[in-house]
This record gives sequence, C-alpha cells and structure tokens, in this order.
Amino acid sequence: MQLSTRHLLGIKDLQASDIQLILDTAAQFKEVLQRPIKKVPSLRDVTIVNLFYENSTRTRISFELAEKRLSADTINFTASGSSAAKGETLLDTVNNILSMKVDMVVMRHSASGAPHFLAQHIPAAIVNAGDGINEHPTQALLDAFSIREKLGTLEGKKVAIIGDIMHSRVALSNIYLLKKMGAEVTVAGPPTLIPKYLQQSFGINVSYNVEETLKWCDVANVLRIQLERQNQPLFSSLREYNLAFGISRKLLDSLNKEIVIMHPGPINRGVEIDSDVADSKQSIILQQVENGVAVRMAALYLLAGKRSEN
Amino acid sequence: MKTILSKDQLHLTINRLSHQLIENHFPFINTVVIGLQPRGVLLASKIVEQIKAEHPSLSLPYGMLDITFYRDDVHKELHTANQTTINFSIENKNVILIDDVLYTGRTIRAAMDALLDFGRAEKVELCVLIDRRFNRQLPIQPDYTGKAIDSILSQKVTVDWNSPQVVLF
Repeated sequence: MQLSTRHLLGIKDLQASDIQLILDTAAQFKEVLQRPIKKVPSLRDVTIVNLFYENSTRTRISFELAEKRLSADTINFTASGSSAAKGETLLDTVNNILSMKVDMVVMRHSASGAPHFLAQHIPAAIVNAGDGINEHPTQALLDAFSIREKLGTLEGKKVAIIGDIMHSRVALSNIYLLKKMGAEVTVAGPPTLIPKYLQQSFGINVSYNVEETLKWCDVANVLRIQLERQNQPLFSSLREYNLAFGISRKLLDSLNKEIVIMHPGPINRGVEIDSDVADSKQSIILQQVENGVAVRMAALYLLAGKRSEN
Repeated sequence: MKTILSKDQLHLTINRLSHQLIENHFPFINTVVIGLQPRGVLLASKIVEQIKAEHPSLSLPYGMLDITFYRDDVHKELHTANQTTINFSIENKNVILIDDVLYTGRTIRAAMDALLDFGRAEKVELCVLIDRRFNRQLPIQPDYTGKAIDSILSQKVTVDWNSPQVVLF
C-alpha cells in the first residue's frame, strides 16, 4: 500500500484509500506513543524543515514531536527573526534551506496556495500545515481519526461544523474529508460567515440555526472565530455571537442525547464555546491534540516512503 | 512446487517445538512469548495453544510485535503496519520470539531493536518453523528450528495455514 500522492497539500488531492491508509497507520503509531520508549527509527535518514510563516502552537509542536518520534532530524524556521523580514522571497528561502540537504518541508503560510506553488518548484516532499483560508489537511485527518476512535467509523455519521466557516481552512479540509469517507455534513453559523454556493459545490447542508443542527448531529466540530482574518465587521459583537451561535451547557442539556464536541483550538472561551462545554466529558478536544502526533507521524512516514521513488 | 511439511508433519513439528519450549522454560514463571506480525503470530498462537493444552493451569503472557517501523528498507519498499499488542512488561523476562520463516535475518534484527523499546529483557530466544540456511545476511541463528532447508534466492517458502502445509516454490 502506498499513497497516491508525493505531497500532502490538501485533502482535495487525496483518494479515500489514501485517507484510510493514513488513519490505519496512525492507529499503529498511537500504540507506539504508549510504549516506554515512544520512538521508532523509521526516518533516521530524513531531515525535515518546519517552515512557519504564521503563528502556531499546537500544529508546530505536534509536527516537531511527530518528527522526533520518527527519529528524523528537524530544523525550525519562523518568519519573524529570519531573513524573510529582510524581504527574501519564499522560494529563495526554501531553496537556500534545501541546498543544505533537507528532504521534506512542513509549511504554514498565510497565503492560500503557497505550498502548492512550492511543490511546483522544489524537489522536496511538502506537507501543508495550513495555508491561508484554503486547507489544513493534517487537522482534518486527526479530526477524522478522533471521530473514528470515538464512534468506530465515519461512514454515515452526522457531523456538524459550526462557526466561522468562511475563514476556516479546518472547515474546508474537514468537508472534503468527511464527504470522501461517506459522512453527512452540515455547516452552521451566521450567514455572513458561511460562503455562498457551499451547498451546491459540496452537497452538504447549510443551516443558520445552531440548535437544530445540534439536534441533528452525532458530532459537533466547533470552529474558532478568526478575528485576525476578518477585515470588516461580520457580526455585531462577540457577546451577541455567543448568544446566537455559541455552544452552551444549557443548549447541550436540552438535546436529550450526548453528542461529541470537538474544537481544533485555540479556543475563544465564552465566544464559540463555553468553558463548561469545552471541559466536559463530551468534549474530545484534548484527545484531538493527542491524536495529532500519531496522525502526523503517519503522514510523514508514508510520504517519506514515497520520496525515494523520485 | 515442493512440499516441505505436509499437514501431519506440520502438526508434529509444532508439537515438537512446543515441547522443546516446555522442556527449557517450564513452568514459564519468567517467560513471555512474542509472535512477529503478520505471519509469525499464527505460528505463535498455535504453539501457545499447544503448551496451554498440555498445562491448562499455566498463565503464559503472549504478545504480538510489528516491526514495520524498524525496517532498514523504508525507502525501498513501504510496508503496511500491523498491530502491536504487548500488554505486559518484558523487563528482566525471558522472551521467546516466534516467526514462521527465518531467511535473511533482517526481520529478527528489526524485532530485537523493537523489543529494546519495551524494556531490557533478561534473554531473548528465537523460535522459527522454517530456517532457510545459507541465505543469512546478518549473524542471527535460531534457538528452536522446526525444519532447516536449503533453498536458493529465487525460491519462495510459504506457510499455508488454510490448508495446513509448508511449500517451496
């Protein structure tokens, strides 16, 4: 079994069998992470650069940990404090790093399509760790892994994605993945934060009513309101957003069933989700983070195997 | 195609291997059995079954080890990983590694590396059904051998558990 692609740029380019392979391999890596020595020698001869042009806590640490658990050598690059601040282009920066014999690039960039651009110009395998408002494939994979772990399968499950759909790369990657794996998807939020034509393009449901959506779903993936990407007011206030679209304990208690609550982080407590929901037993937010390392190990391992063919 | 072990011979051989383990390890107080994924576990479970049939009161810890992530040919060929289940400590234990065919020795090398990540075993022994002599690429020899055979590189040894027999192609 092999991946059908050399890079992990987005879920859009993956086949269902690729997703299955990554999730199955991740399950084996999760077992590795329970061992006394949580490390395997698979990528001993691989050097990986983590190229982060945008802030990150979870994803950067998770990737770095995944690389170290696979015994790869890692270099960390953050845009601030580098020559990018002096005006060096992305391609120049990467080519300079690659000339020091680096095999793989994990990158996050605020421009959508930046990793796709790089993939056309450099020989190294690229893993997209989030590009602008386009995709965040490893987040969608770890979300899928977490749902599968909790509910056994993705097929036929009803997943709601709630919140700032417009600015969310997590939402887009999740929609692609869930549709490919046979889950039903509803996106919910204020009309100003849900792009037009989403329904037609992806065959998913769109709802502006959070309560109805929660009644329908098995899993609610709650997204962060991305104030940093909003350059115009799209709702009147955070308080009002919380009242109309926030997930509260009271709302969950009124459902008469226990749904699974997910959030990709970082959480705006008291905005899209209340603290007593985020910290409740229903929430698998911290399991998502835990699974992130195993899923990223799987993706890197499978891509590194692919690398030698070229 | 040549039959190396027929159904009856295979049964006898597994029986003998089980008795050799009983002879050396009874009452298995400090001994654990680990089968290698994917095919070694089939043999291992049969041997454990046999030992338990003879000594029903015995508690013999039995685990499965997958060595995919420890292979030295990750860049030549990608293998699909299988499940590893070792629900006990191997620290200071006698470990009996079980695989179906010993060939180049590379799998066992990887298995020993993998085992180290679970703790420091007192002693590690190797039990195989078929030993393909003269094909070793590493200095590794079995402690218990079902049958040693001479074969050339282009041949393939298959243990068929569905219609139990061992054949050489």
